[in-house]
Formats: sequence, C-alpha cells, structure tokens
Amino acid sequence: MADPAAGAVVGVDVGGTFTDLVALDPASGRVRLAKVPSTPDNQAFGVMNALAAAGCDLAALDLIVHGTTTTTNAVLERKLARTGLITTAGFRDILELGRRTRPQPYGMTGTFRPLIPRNLRLEVSERMDASGAVVTPLDEDAVHAAAKRLLAAGCESLVIHFLHAYANPAHELRAAEILRPIWPNDHITLGHALLSESREFERGVTAAVNAAVQPLLDRYIRRLAEELERGGHRGELLIMNGNGGMVSAARVAREAAKTVMSGPASGVMAAAFTGRRSGLENLITYDMGGTSTDVALIRGAEPSVSSEIEIEYAMPIHVPMVDVRTIGAGGGSIARVSPAGLLEVGPDSAGADPGPICYGRGGTAPTISDANLILGRLDPAGFAAGAAQVSADHVRKVFEQVLGAPLGLDATQAAAAVIRVANLKMAGAIRMVSISLGADPRDFALFAFGGAGPLHAAALARELGIPRVLVPARPGITNAIGCVVADLRHDFVQTLNTPLDRLDPALLTEVFAAQSAEGARLIGKERVGLRALRHIHSLDMQFVGQTHLLRVPLPGPEIGRDAIQALFEEVYFRRFRVTLPDIRAHVVNASSSVIGLRDALDFSALIDPAGRKATLAEAQIGMRPVHFAGTWHDSPVYWRDHLPLEARLSGPAVVRQMDTTVLIEPDDRARGDAQGNLIIEIGAAT
Amino acid sequence: MSLDPITLTVIQAGLQQVCDEMDLTFSRAAFSPVIAEANDRSDGIYAADDGALIAQGAGGLPVFVGTMQESTRILIGMIADGRAAPPQPGDIYIVNDPYLGGTHLMDVRFARPFYRGGRIFCWLSNTGHWPDTGGAVPGGFSASATAVEQEGLRLPPVRLFKEGVLDEEIFAIIRSNIRVADQRIGDVKAQAAALLVGEERLGALMDRYGDATVAEAIAELRRRAAMQMRAFIATIPDGRYPASAWIDSDGVVDAPLEIRLAVTREGEDLRFDFSGSSPPCAGPMNSVRATTLSAVYLAMRHIFPEVAMSAGAFEPLHVTGIEGTFLDAQYPRPVSGCAAEVSQRIAEAVFVALVAALPERVTAAPAGTSGNFALGGTDPARGRDFVMYQISGGGYGGNAGHDGLSNGCSTIGISKAPPVEIMEQAFPVLYHHYALHEGSGGAGCQRGGFGLDYEVELRRGSARASFVMDHGRFGPQGVLGGGDGGVNRVTVWQSGVPHRPAHLSKEQDIPLAPGDRVRVQTPGGGGYGDPFRRDPEAVREDVALERYTAEQARDLFGVALTGSPPQVDVAATRTLRAARS
Repeated sequence: MADPAAGAVVGVDVGGTFTDLVALDPASGRVRLAKVPSTPDNQAFGVMNALAAAGCDLAALDLIVHGTTTTTNAVLERKLARTGLITTAGFRDILELGRRTRPQPYGMTGTFRPLIPRNLRLEVSERMDASGAVVTPLDEDAVHAAAKRLLAAGCESLVIHFLHAYANPAHELRAAEILRPIWPNDHITLGHALLSESREFERGVTAAVNAAVQPLLDRYIRRLAEELERGGHRGELLIMNGNGGMVSAARVAREAAKTVMSGPASGVMAAAFTGRRSGLENLITYDMGGTSTDVALIRGAEPSVSSEIEIEYAMPIHVPMVDVRTIGAGGGSIARVSPAGLLEVGPDSAGADPGPICYGRGGTAPTISDANLILGRLDPAGFAAGAAQVSADHVRKVFEQVLGAPLGLDATQAAAAVIRVANLKMAGAIRMVSISLGADPRDFALFAFGGAGPLHAAALARELGIPRVLVPARPGITNAIGCVVADLRHDFVQTLNTPLDRLDPALLTEVFAAQSAEGARLIGKERVGLRALRHIHSLDMQFVGQTHLLRVPLPGPEIGRDAIQALFEEVYFRRFRVTLPDIRAHVVNASSSVIGLRDALDFSALIDPAGRKATLAEAQIGMRPVHFAGTWHDSPVYWRDHLPLEARLSGPAVVRQMDTTVLIEPDDRARGDAQGNLIIEIGAAT
Repeated sequence: MSLDPITLTVIQAGLQQVCDEMDLTFSRAAFSPVIAEANDRSDGIYAADDGALIAQGAGGLPVFVGTMQESTRILIGMIADGRAAPPQPGDIYIVNDPYLGGTHLMDVRFARPFYRGGRIFCWLSNTGHWPDTGGAVPGGFSASATAVEQEGLRLPPVRLFKEGVLDEEIFAIIRSNIRVADQRIGDVKAQAAALLVGEERLGALMDRYGDATVAEAIAELRRRAAMQMRAFIATIPDGRYPASAWIDSDGVVDAPLEIRLAVTREGEDLRFDFSGSSPPCAGPMNSVRATTLSAVYLAMRHIFPEVAMSAGAFEPLHVTGIEGTFLDAQYPRPVSGCAAEVSQRIAEAVFVALVAALPERVTAAPAGTSGNFALGGTDPARGRDFVMYQISGGGYGGNAGHDGLSNGCSTIGISKAPPVEIMEQAFPVLYHHYALHEGSGGAGCQRGGFGLDYEVELRRGSARASFVMDHGRFGPQGVLGGGDGGVNRVTVWQSGVPHRPAHLSKEQDIPLAPGDRVRVQTPGGGGYGDPFRRDPEAVREDVALERYTAEQARDLFGVALTGSPPQVDVAATRTLRAARS
C-alpha cells in the first residue's frame, strides 16, 4: 500500500445549492477549487461534475473525503425508507408521544409526524427493568411473526428498540439473531447500538432515524463509489460524520444517523484547523447563508460536541455531533414594520427563490441583502446574473415605501436600520449560544464564512465585544476544506449513573480502556496517513438531585475520586459562580473520543501566490461610497486574490472575492497572514 | 417622541436579552427538575413605581405572564406602607403568599431592587416552582385541603438576602418546614444567581444607552405594546361572546364549579366579565386574583403570540366580576389547584368564547389539566422514602388548519415529561404501558389530538397515591360543531380490584401495596368544526392507525369503512352523512 498522504486529496461537500470541491496535492502544495450546482436527485452527479470542473485526474487521487446532506434532507423532507419497529409490549407509541411538548411557548397549535407510522410499530412481549434484570422473557415466536408482518407490509429497514436495553441489551441482541436469517438485507438497527443511554424517546428516535436513512445512504454511497471507480479512482473514499470525524464509505451506512449535520460539522472542523494554524484557538464560527446562520464554539482548537441535537421539533438525534446552532437570520431575511410601528427583521426569509429583490428573480420584499446593496456594501454589478435586471433605484424605492414611510426614514436610513436590527438579533443569538455553553464571547475570535458572514462579522464582533475577526482565504468553500482536514474520530458513551463516592476508579479506568481500544481498532481499519492517535476522556456530571449535565474533561483515564471532585467543582464554579460544598457529586456518563490525527496539510496556496500583487494599490479594483454609522465613506474596493500576502488595510474598505464580500469598517484594521487569512482587528466602539 | 424607532427596537431586544439570560442561568443551575427540566420558572424586569411588566424571558412558564407584575406591585405597596422592610442594594426579597400576587405556595418569588444613581430604577424578579414547601402532602398538591395552612409554609415578603448575603436564620426556618431540604440551597443560589446576571446585563445596557434613553424607551414600548394589542382586538367583530367552562369538583365537595365568562369588545378594548361564576369553594380549586388575570393574559397571548410581552399588552384587557367568586379567593381558602387547573379552565373559557370571532386563530379546547399524580412511599430496597410525580399532557384542540397535537403539555406550561426509563430508575415502579389514549380526540372536521394512556405498578414497599387532575366529568370542549375530547379517567387496582375516585379526577392518599396498579387516561382535545365534513380519507387513516375504531368512524364521523386494512365505502358514507342532515 502506497503512503496515502503522498497523493492528492480531495474534499467535496454537497450543500443545498452548490457542490464545493477542494483538491490539494501535498507534494507541490497546489490547490484546485470548484463550485458547481448540486444535483439533489442523485448527489453523485454533482460530485462527478465538481471533480471534472477542477480537472482532477481520478486515477491520481489517493483520498476523497465527502460531506453529504443525503440523510439530513431525507429526514427533513420525510423521504425515508419504509421502516418498521419491533418494541416492548405497551410502548409502541413512544415515538409518537414524544416528551409532551409543543413547538412554541405560545400558540396552542402544532403538528408532528412520527418517522414510523403506528401500523408499522409492532409490540412483542419482553421486559427488562431499570437494573437490566429480566422481568418478562422475550417471546421469540412473536419477534419472528412481527418481522414477517413488517416484511409483508413492505418494510425495507427495521428498528428493534426495547426498554432499558442500555442496561441490558440481551433481548435486542437475541431478537436480531433471530431475524438476521429472515430479514433480506443488513438494515436492522438495534436501539442500544448507537446510543447506550436511558431515555426511550431520544434513543428510539435516534435508532429510527438511523434505520430510515440507512438504505438511502447505502444506495447513494454505492452509486458514488461505482461512478468514481468507473472514472478510474482506486483510492480511498471517506465520508464526513456530524462529529467532525470521518469514516470509510464501506462502514458509514451502518451508523447513518451520524452523518446528519455532516456539512455544518465540516465547516467547523475547517475553522478549528485554520484557527490553529493562525494561532487563534478560541473561535466562534459564524456561517451566514441565505436563509439561516450557523454558529458553533471552538475552544483550544476543539469544537464543542453535543449529543443532544434536535434537528427539528421533537426530532432529537442523540449521537455526538459538532454542536452547531442555527439562527433564523440570513441574507434573505425579510424586514417589515410591525403593527406597533417597530422594525422587525425575519424570521421568515425570501430564501433563494425568489430571494432578495436584488436577485431579480421576482422577490418583492425588502431583505438584509437588499439593505447591503443600498448601503454600498454589496456591488450592484455582482447581481447581474438575475433573470431580470433590477436597478438599485428600484430597491431603494421599495425600502422607501415599505419601511421608510411608516418609520419616517429615507431609503438609506431604512436600510441602515435593517442592518442594525439584524446585526443586533444575530449578536444576541450568538451571545445566548456562547453563554449556554459556558463561554464569554469576548474571549473568542469570530471566524466568519458563508456567503454573507464576512459582510456582517466586523459589526457583530463590535456588538459582542469580540476583539478580532478571522476571514479565511476561501469563505465560500469552507465545508469542503473541512472535509480535507478532518480527523478520523469515534465517540463512545457509557452510562454509569452512580454517586461519585461510590464510583470504582478501577472500573472507570476499565471502561475508558475498552472505549479507547475499540476506537483504535476502528481507526486501524482505515487506509489514511495519521501522525498520532489521541484519546480524550470525560465524565458527564451533576450534583445529586440535578438533571442538567456538565461535561468534565479528565486529564487521563486513571483518576481518583478526589481529583474528579475537584475538577467538577472547578468546572461548575466557572459556569455558575456557585459552590455547593454540602451536596454530593454524581457521575452519569463516561465518554471517550478516539481521534486519529491526520498528517498536517499546507493550505497556504488556497489563494494562488502567483496571482498576488506586490502592492495594495495594484490590488485595488475601484472606489465606492459605503454607508457606515450614519455617513457615506468613500471606500476602496480590493480584489482578495490580488492582495499582497501580508497586506495591511485600514477601514473603511471592501474586499471582494469570488464567493463573498468582506467589509472592513472605519476604525478597524485588517492584515493578511501567511495562511492567506484576513484578520480584522476591531477598533473602538462607534 | 424624541426616540427614533430603531433605538427603540435596539433597547427592546436588549431588555429581552437580559431576561432570556436570567432564564437560562436559573434553569441550568437549578436542582429541582421542575425548574431545570420543566422550566417551571420565569424571570423579568418590572417598573419601580407600580411593578408593571417591562420585559420577561421568552422561555418563561406562561402562567407567570401576569402574576409577577402583580406580585411586584404588591411588594412595592407593602414597602411603601411599612408592611415590608425597606430595601438596600443587594437585598433579595422572598415571598410565596398566594394572596399577595401569587399562584400556589410552591411558586416562590425572588425580587431584587435594581439601583441606578442611588435610586431604584426597576425591579428584577423571578419565580421558581419549588418541589416542596411543606404542608399535608409532599409536593403541596393536596386534593382535600380546606385551608391554605394545610398546603404549606407561607412566606410574606422578607429579605432572604441582605446586601448580598444570605440570611441563614430565615433560611433555617424554611429548611425546617420543607421536605428534601438539603437540595434547596442549590435552588436558592440558582434563583439568586439569575437575578445577579440580570443586574450585570441590565447595568451594561444602561451604561451603553444612557439611563434617560432606556427609561424613555421603556415607557414608549409600553405604549406600543398596547397599540399592538388594540390593533389585534380591532380584528374582532363587535359583539358579546359568552362561554362557560367547568371544573369537575373542588376535591372536597363533589359538585362542578362553573367559570361563566362573557367577552365584550368595547371599542379597542376587551372586557372579560366573569360575573355569575361559582362562589369560593371548600377545596383547593380556588384561584387568586393574580392567577385569574394571568390566565386571561396567557390565553390572549396564545391567540396573539405576536404581541410583545409588556404591561402595555394587558392594558386593553379588562377583567371584571371576579369579586365574590372562586376566581378571587381570599385567605384562608386553599389554592393549590389555581395555577395547575383553574387557570387552564379560564383559558378554555376564553378560547371557547372567542373562537366564533376569530375562527382562524383560536383552537378548540386543549386537554387543560396538568394531570398531577403523586406517589409517596417507602422503598425498602433503598431504605428510604420517595415521592414520585407524574405530570401528564393531553390532546390539543383541532383548529382551522390542522388536527390537534397529541400529548401536548398543559396550556399554562412548556415542560417536557420525564422518560419512563428515568422514572423506573428513580422509583420502585414498573410501567405496563405508555400509549396513545385511543378514541380520545374530539370528533371534528379537524379532530382533537389524543391524550396519553399509562399504567404503572408499585413493585415493592408501600405507597399512597394522590390525584389532582380535572376534565374527568366534562371533556375539553369542541367548537363550531366539533365534539368534546375524551375525559380524563383514573383507575386504581388494589389487590386486583378496580377503584375509581368518587371525584373522578381527584383523591388523596389511596394506599397501594406491591402489585397494585394505577392507570391514567388523559383527555383528548376538542374537535373543530362538523365531524361529518371531515375528509373520509383522513378518517380512514385514523382507523387504519387504530386511533379510532370503525364503529367510531361511523357514529362520530359518518364514514363507513370495509375490509382490513380499511377502505372507505363511498356510497354507504354518503348515505350515512345524508341521513343526519
């Protein structure tokens, strides 16, 4: 086997609109990029198109890492494989009853469609209690009969989900053993397999998601692998998981639920990688697109990971995923004046179609993007692609009529107000995300990407007290870069549920050792160049009587009770400024992550060094008035690819590039670093 | 007005952010699962002179939407006339007296004066539901209490924190009077920490925009919230909209209690007249004034969720005629059912009254009970006592757009139910089923959602079961021709013999031995519109999914089905539906 790191590596991310690709030849450092339309019906075509557009020789590629939205879309659109459930007698409705909630605090309405309909949820006699002791033995004949019924009803995939299987999986394992010979494929998901934790609704939904997308992901990956092979590819194909790690294509479908959110996760991985290379290891990532904005936290170059993501109302997927929170604000968010005479922005969006007025696709409602256009922040020429050309005057007129008249403002003032309110909302949401994760935003740098992120980042940073903004070299293909730099990663959780003073440290060490060994075994199977294996151990803890968990990172797998107590108290105090010396600590879960660290890659050529100019003046492509804080400023416009490598800029300035616009406000200063990033230092508050 | 609308929006968002951060801090640091998981708490900012609501956290429990400004208003009055000690910076008052702007005793309010330039600029306050405040039964929900003293410890406003320091003596009194006292210090610290966060964040906001500007914005936001509510009220056709809703019984005297309501539009204001409602009752199904007002406000907010949460939004809403009724109970009437049950029935009356005026916005009646089942006993395997609560949801009402949601949380709550697996880990019980309450959705063109049906067995030791629920006698009301939702049903098996509470939904201290079981079937939501106009295909699907039987399809919806899986018999359906009209 050739050293896989020696050949070219490709990262390809399929998003809702575009399929992005980055190809890196580690030997020469040469980088190739492509952005082509996604092909939703079969994403493989988009991937092949992107490879062709970048001029990749498939035979020369050692490794392709792929981020896909196949599973996310399938769940959100309920385009799922027909799936059946076999469960404990008396509990088939768990998946439909949920946790007794409604979608919003006010408004007594809401709808919910379970992943598996009631007639395909069958019960068999069996029961474990909470300690894992058998209360009722498994009725094996009933298991057999239920599977026959589900097959007759056309089910392709199966979930076996029994109460308390996290405590004792014997009945689930036995049922699977009975059914493997008669079920026509491998698509059997056991409830405890992905998530061995109590809480039957969350575990059941996680298993149901896995089962319902598994056949789809399996087919898609097979098709893609065939296409690649036909094109001459002989190297490895890996798929991004939502935890920011990757797994081999051959194994990914088995735990298909883990690929949900793989796109956003890879963007965060790229941010962690880029930040580490630039010496900024504490980042808030800020990915603003057309309809929504994704935010995540990176501490010490490690993205925050959560096992409690809910991808929509009552749809929890409890496998470890990079904790990406979505805010309902994007370039297409619509502005209006409320009956109380107050300006509101969002949450509804003009989306991509018809989109903002300035897209010229028939949009008529004023949006954030339109406001950016009026204020000179976006270049009117940049929207020439629209079906019908829309003039800036027309956009101004709409702002005047719809917003300006009721508020007593002219078009410019109305646009400035829209941006101010939108930034305030996003800043508030980012603040809530960071404090809910126990972080003060002022201790972070803002990593801005996505089509609209770099346009708003400096203003948000100022609002939040964040001292600097990092705009990567290629904000529009960050997810694809994340695929290339991601590590191999496996996460494990074991419920212990014991007071700390009764925890057996030897047993804990054993649990961690077993998790480490299994992770190392799985990683050992991949043909990818690694520089090291990392093992991270942590405990989920609380004070006896609490329900929320606090994650306590441990220095190593061997640790005593006193040391754990001290660490827990420290983490708790940092989060809540409260000490509770009289209350006992409780250990709920022991978790390990095993990470295969990839060989370091050099991305300094993401912007072609040959294209860079020697001076700032040569990189300038124009000058235009841009509106900041109540006045128009004549601002130079630069072309990003032409900027000298370590350029220094003073705001106000606009930096344009293929896929985004970077705004540098008055009083801010920006510099290019050796990695091709722009670092904006935020000046005094305006 | 000198303030521009943008600064106004900016300050509004800033105030909201302060409250949301207080909510988050409180929930995350709290011990009581009622607060930490069920978010049975709320945080807000209140005016210095009259306690009027300035802003309140978006994730607060709806029932507190109107109570906290009442509570703060009364506290301010008591300080003014010397009934409460004067405040110093850093003080935090504690109060849980229901008659002083509260709900039930378990809802404990903290209030902290916020100083600016040596004067109180506003109050920061929060409410948290403590798992116990003493009284006859663990948890405080006694179905048969006849005086508030039996319900728990009642605290007038006293300064639990003095200049930032916890008064250990007052806390010692509280500790000696409540159950599971050792964890309460955690909740007290969490509740105080939330107010401290609020103080820091509000201070930063005011430093940035200036005290005068913030004060002006607060006044203007209040005017605008009133304007916004009036704009919505203007969409209600002129008229008088009457409705009644009933409580099964008060737990002591087995007779229904009536909420009689007439909503009248008077210009751009709405009058909610409760004259003729039942007099105060002997048992705990009384409401106090603050809770009654809050129930009306939260019902209107369910109907118009767009209106900003500020005292201004309540100004056009006038509640009258409650004096002398069970909706304005006075000391020492027992009140433990006011927030959990009576408030939901008041909201039901508002919905049923206004659905004719606002058919696109208002739903049929939701389940409307908190379904409170408490099991207290001894677990010999662990050698200690336990108290288990199962609070359950039910179906929501059908509405113009959709069928009602199944197993939603209460009208006045936003909480999640605990998983069966967690309950079985913590308590000596085994659930036999946890399922959809089949047939419980009220028939309608859009049917009601379905309730919950669970059965739980005591495995060891001994225990006593208590129930404070409602809608056992009358189902949640259907509207515009829709049928009522299925009623709440409680069955207790003692040594295999079934027992049903005399009051149907309420009884206290039923002894259970190992093997004894409790089954609870919670209400479905009311139906919306004529069930004979429901799409026969939707009826067929409900039968195919075993939510209704074929007989129910025929009798309730006029749809004839044949075969298995069922198919619509079009001709027979036409005949059935024609025969009725």
